[in-house]
Amino acid sequence: MNENCLQLLNVIDQASFAMDDVLLFLDTHPCDQQAFNYYQNVARTRREAMDAYQSACGPLTAETVNSAGGYWSWIQGPWPWEGGR
Amino acid sequence: MWRYEKRLQHPVNITTPNPQLAQFIASQYGGPDGEIAASMRYLSQRYAMPYDIGKAVLTDVGTEELAHMEMIAAIIHQLTKGLTAEQIAASGLGPYYIDHTNGIWPQAAGGVPFNACEFQSKGDPITDLFECLAAEQKARTTYDNILRVVSDPEVCDPIRFLREREIVHFQRFGEALRSVQDHLDSRNFYALNPAFDNPALTDTGTAACA
Repeated sequence: MNENCLQLLNVIDQASFAMDDVLLFLDTHPCDQQAFNYYQNVARTRREAMDAYQSACGPLTAETVNSAGGYWSWIQGPWPWEGGR
Repeated sequence: MWRYEKRLQHPVNITTPNPQLAQFIASQYGGPDGEIAASMRYLSQRYAMPYDIGKAVLTDVGTEELAHMEMIAAIIHQLTKGLTAEQIAASGLGPYYIDHTNGIWPQAAGGVPFNACEFQSKGDPITDLFECLAAEQKARTTYDNILRVVSDPEVCDPIRFLREREIVHFQRFGEALRSVQDHLDSRNFYALNPAFDNPALTDTGTAACA
């Protein structure tokens, strides 16, 4: 994987984990505006990094497969458990 | 990595509770051919699958099975909602109620708790895919058995949907098995286990279309 893709994936991992963590906090603190703002911020960071990653490096979800060349590239490795990053 | 969507794959709207049906259908949650076993089987088997098509099918069917598990739980939840203890005790669901009230817990129709021996992950792609094919047929038979004893159309509808998915999955697993066999010795598919005996495998699939 090239340097740019690695970097984008790193941003996605960090922003996604921040969302996973704050999601649980918001579940038990549904009125916390500060936490909600933080969630919105990291969600935007994730969205932008996801868009950039998926147009330059390949699909992370089946929904975003770019089938240029007529090939369903979803099935192409490396898969996450193959240490392919 | 997975993310949750706050919806069912196919709607479940059951307005008439029926504790006996809940007990029957619970088998497709935690029974021998239920949706939990299906999902755990495919998502476990994919690590030993050396080929692109097989990895994708096991991942994506295993993911869909999680959604089926949620549909079955929703059916059981709605079939037991608002019942009195007397109604439950008179229905056959009494022993379940004593241990779990109206909570959702994985067991077979006969009360046998879910365990990992309901499925196998053998580390051999051919063996595993044959197990997948059998599993889809067994689940389809269970849905047939359920449909014979259900008359409520609100219950039939999601069960029919789930039954049809078993048939589609069987088809896809058959195609995945064929794609695995295409990589092997056509005179003897069983000459080796492609996940173990030739780990230096380089051809994991084709990345172009004819």
